[in-house]
Amino acid sequence: MPRFAVIVFPGTNCDFETVEAIRKAGGKAERVWYKGSIKDYDGVVLPGGFSYADYLRAGAIAARQRIMDEVREFVEEGKPVLGICNGFQVLTESGILPGALRPNKIPRFICRWVYLKVVDTNTAFTRLYEPGEVIKMPIAHAEGNYYIDDPSKVRIVFQYSDEKGNITEDTNPNGSVLNIAGISNEKGNVLGMMPHPERASDRFLGSEDGLRVFRSMVEWVKR
Amino acid sequence: MKWRVRVLVRLKEGLNDPEGRVIGNALRNLGYKVEDLRVPKCFEFTLESKRPEEEVEEMCKRLLANPLIHTWEYTIEPVK
Repeated sequence: MPRFAVIVFPGTNCDFETVEAIRKAGGKAERVWYKGSIKDYDGVVLPGGFSYADYLRAGAIAARQRIMDEVREFVEEGKPVLGICNGFQVLTESGILPGALRPNKIPRFICRWVYLKVVDTNTAFTRLYEPGEVIKMPIAHAEGNYYIDDPSKVRIVFQYSDEKGNITEDTNPNGSVLNIAGISNEKGNVLGMMPHPERASDRFLGSEDGLRVFRSMVEWVKR
Repeated sequence: MKWRVRVLVRLKEGLNDPEGRVIGNALRNLGYKVEDLRVPKCFEFTLESKRPEEEVEEMCKRLLANPLIHTWEYTIEPVK
């Protein structure tokens, strides 16, 4: 059974939910304190939360911890690396994914459900979605405003949309360039996303749409 | 040799500064004719170094600023 490490920094708070979602998706997951090692695992998830209290910039201090060198090795080896919310911020701050996450356009914390259009199904995390499919997940962030100077250079995976998949200014909750909610690296083995798939992994939570992110990841390792 | 360092990190021009916008609005609501308010971040520290300029520049690039969205400037003075 594929084994995943869920890295815990001081201030991480979505680690248990992420472990549970991976378990439900058919994988094995363990929380790993950031001072430990992830070498024996098949994949890694950087979960949500507020590492180092978001001091300096969200994700900035976590991105410079030694364990991120091991995450970089995973990226090189083609193992799946998923960053959710704060994890996405850590991935951009570490330079593993391009761009930056700035404070929301309206500078306050947003916590609500959003619709996402699945733009790219050719990644380790989205292979079980239909191209163009609209899914529902919650966001919960103060710094989710994705910025990149040349958006044509980025591989967009999810965009904030309405229920029908229309992408407009009104469906952009945080001011992100091109409504970007998630991006991948060129190889498709790294995904950073602001919405929380683990909080949409059971009907009891209001949506099961996020579970396929983890199922895709588990199946991708098994392939 | 010890140095007193002050680093100022600013969002690049043209990039929206939401915190600055809100504070600017609040000042205007108080009746002040404020325009283009931005909120840079200031870091002050003492540094022991033989090559302070080089090290401070490196610190900005590696952690204090995000070169994609920030510019920075600094002053370095010897500690008496």
